[in-house]
Amino acid sequence: MHRGKGMKFVEDSRVPAERKPNIPKDYSEYPGKTEAFWPNFLLREWMVGAVFLIGFLVLTVAHPAPLERIADPTDSGYIPLPDWYFLFLYQLLKYEFAAGQYTVIGAVLIPGVAFGALLLVPWLDSGKERRPFKRPIASGLMLLGIASIIFLTWESVDDHDWEAAAQQGQIVEGVEVDETAEGYEIYQSQESCIGCHGGDMLGGAAGPNIFESDYDVDQVKDIIINGADGMPADQFEGSDEELETLAAFIANDGQDPDGDDE
Amino acid sequence: MLQKVYDWVDERLDITPLWRDIADHEVPEHVNPAHHFSAFVYCFGGLTFFVVVIQILSGMFLTMYYVPDIIHAYESVYYLQNEVTHGMIVRGMHHWGASLVIVMMFLHTLRVFFTGSYKKPRELNWVVGVLLFFVILGLGFTGYLLPWDMKAYFATVVGLEIAESAPIIGGFARTLLAGGEIIGAQTLARFFAIHVFFLPGALLGLLGAHFFMIRKQGISGPL
Repeated sequence: MHRGKGMKFVEDSRVPAERKPNIPKDYSEYPGKTEAFWPNFLLREWMVGAVFLIGFLVLTVAHPAPLERIADPTDSGYIPLPDWYFLFLYQLLKYEFAAGQYTVIGAVLIPGVAFGALLLVPWLDSGKERRPFKRPIASGLMLLGIASIIFLTWESVDDHDWEAAAQQGQIVEGVEVDETAEGYEIYQSQESCIGCHGGDMLGGAAGPNIFESDYDVDQVKDIIINGADGMPADQFEGSDEELETLAAFIANDGQDPDGDDE
Repeated sequence: MLQKVYDWVDERLDITPLWRDIADHEVPEHVNPAHHFSAFVYCFGGLTFFVVVIQILSGMFLTMYYVPDIIHAYESVYYLQNEVTHGMIVRGMHHWGASLVIVMMFLHTLRVFFTGSYKKPRELNWVVGVLLFFVILGLGFTGYLLPWDMKAYFATVVGLEIAESAPIIGGFARTLLAGGEIIGAQTLARFFAIHVFFLPGALLGLLGAHFFMIRKQGISGPL
């Protein structure tokens, strides 16, 4: 580089006026074979990227992004689920040693130690050796970490009731429960009904959506009296007449069976 | 012609040294899958960056329709998903890209770890990489709320409960993120700002440092 006396600049800028020939840097003494980044290596990267992009677009078209119904903060029965890459942290908080009064262990201590160690890896494993088999403690701990993440994610997926989850989030189109119907009044008065199926009849953690059921009046009555999978029998408190009205209301998809289609 | 344009710019801005720094360097043969197929493990970092670029571009298009308030957020996403031409594809790319970037970053981290590439002189680049990991997890967490549907809302409720359980800073962190006592309008506005401005800013800064260091030091040698 030219320094000191005799330097010339482009006008009043600080760019040197003297052009130097465009010579590539010298890597001839670099150990091992190399190739130029531009264009040789970049072209291959480009091809890998193109193949990846095709797979990515196929995935996108084959599986549209999910969208559930609009958030309803009052629906306390909803079973929450974070995105899949947080499941291992979420699952950790379900174990006794990391929940309740020990939440701090599962929420802060264990993830903090794990991610803190990850951040400080270069100083925790500061030896010269690079091959994974020659540094068994570092490799072993990392494998243990991966195994824990896979195990916790697996357990979380296994624990989750996917059918109930798919149902509880469904977008309900158009019709709403007829809140003026006599049957709705009876439904609302029954603690045992709304406790599991929710005030909006859309179901929750304990009971399915009964807003749009496939049952007729007699089947609904039978289920209320005798129970069904997981639903206890004889929960209804009221007269037979009220039971009849309620069953007709439920069987008619939450609309007043006597009312006009208005 | 092109040479003349180049010379014209070069005379004024002296860009040749920049060009040398950015594109003119040699790449070791052991990272090229065309030479050894097992070298495909060296592709994960580049693919992570590729998905990040997809995320930035698709996210920019999503903000053309998305409205970050609790009355319109859901409706705007619903409209985007069902009415806008190719809206489903753009939203799909952003949705699946969020998962893919985590997968690719995880694989990239494992490659760097098991080849011992974080060792001297590359310690700082590893630290920046782990910070990038946290930023991207933060982007995933804040982005999850934005559609304002059931799973978005309740996942955030749980996430903020977990944040709150941290000692000393827990309550402060929760208030900072939620913007108040209830998870509602303020929370959505804050998550939107964090997702679209704060974290992408941090992401770009850290990515710049990540690439500057890899360009300066070169890819680690063969095992």
